[in-house]
Amino acid sequence: MDPKPLWLLAELTYKCPLQCPYCSNPLDFAGPRFKRELSTEEWYRVFREAKALGVLQLGLSGGEPTLRGDLEDLVREAHELGLYTSLITSAYRLTKERLAALKAAGLDHVQISIQGADAELSDAVAGTGSYGDKIAAYHYTRELGFPLTVNVVLHRRNLHQVEALIRLAESLGAERIELANTQFYGWALHNRAALMPTRAQLDDAWRVVQRERARLGTRLEIVWVLPDYHEQYPKPCMGGWARAYMTVTPAGEVWPCHAAGRITTLTFENVRAHPLAWIWEHSEAFTRFRGDAWMPEPCRSCPRKTQDFGGCRCQAFLVAGDAGLTDPVCSLSPHRHLIDAAVAEVERAAGAVEWTYRAAPASRALAAKG
Amino acid sequence: MTAAGRPSVPRLHPKARLQHDDVRGRDVLLYPEGLVALNPTGAEILELCDGVRSVAEVVATLERRYGAAGEGGVERDVTAFLDGLAAKGLVTYGS
Repeated sequence: MDPKPLWLLAELTYKCPLQCPYCSNPLDFAGPRFKRELSTEEWYRVFREAKALGVLQLGLSGGEPTLRGDLEDLVREAHELGLYTSLITSAYRLTKERLAALKAAGLDHVQISIQGADAELSDAVAGTGSYGDKIAAYHYTRELGFPLTVNVVLHRRNLHQVEALIRLAESLGAERIELANTQFYGWALHNRAALMPTRAQLDDAWRVVQRERARLGTRLEIVWVLPDYHEQYPKPCMGGWARAYMTVTPAGEVWPCHAAGRITTLTFENVRAHPLAWIWEHSEAFTRFRGDAWMPEPCRSCPRKTQDFGGCRCQAFLVAGDAGLTDPVCSLSPHRHLIDAAVAEVERAAGAVEWTYRAAPASRALAAKG
Repeated sequence: MTAAGRPSVPRLHPKARLQHDDVRGRDVLLYPEGLVALNPTGAEILELCDGVRSVAEVVATLERRYGAAGEGGVERDVTAFLDGLAAKGLVTYGS
């Protein structure tokens, strides 16, 4: 049976007041490719078509999705369609009134990022003073009865705070904390040397996670997104290419994941030109790596191919130069040495490496350099 | 009934929502970042978990519907199903 999508990530805008150096948005987010944002009506059509195609889970993300003045309308439409809606926000300037309006519109779940366990580090990583807004918004979500996920992207400069972050989520009464080790795409890949953790940091953090999971049980779910560069085998990226997920970007391009747009050897279609069902079923970007017929060795004859689906196509493209290769994270990949070199570099590095904040001027400058 | 014989009232956690999946012709339980596909029996059990009925009353209702009173199989199935969801934090027990 052909796969049907369950998940849609709607990236409503790439505008964002935060400047996190690990942002998964494209480096050229400020460029012409993403300029003409979909209208309210266009998003309604995307949601309707997604639901008809099988989508049940909708992530409203960005950029910062609350910058869209029509967010309440979008939530209402999605809710009436029966989609389970999650708002993925930085909570910058997010008021209790706005959250209450979103609740009334049918929003199901709120995920608020935080960049560190205290204002000093969180604001330094975000590049924008936002810690106070986040803490206030965490309390609003609880007062309004939303299930709450605290999301933290982990890297060299905040991994030592894992215990404090878990305690913070616990004290807020969150349902989940997502401890997402940085995945190296977009701005995170550009800033990889500054963000890459040491093995010792990861080992310490993982010990804390195991201990806290045992202590907290079902009271707080602790999600640990694996640091894949430090693993032996690749992640089962998106549960396999074009099997369950799709991302619609602010200007309507449809990608099999939120990083896929960087694969320059694929052609991506736009919801303005084609129905979503056609894009899912027939477009080159979605069919190219679906299933396992595309797989080269060592994946083709590997018993793990039904578990990890050859890993991540974006990583194969970005690190090994060809989206059709085995994920270079795999210890069986002939390109694993490229990953090992990036991991080894941090162990040798003395002192902090500077990062580039995610911001429109930097985006335009990087795009100009090519 | 719990082991201690107190009424135990199962209810869906507020974060979870029962939803019909038209495309796949089944019911699903949706929650933050996940879902559980339900068979018709599972959906029927959850529809009976209204925050008022105890586990024993859910069992009794199903036994009446299917003419299986007192055989014990329904109770085992209902308990195992609800405990499985409780372990995921999707069902809570109150009184």
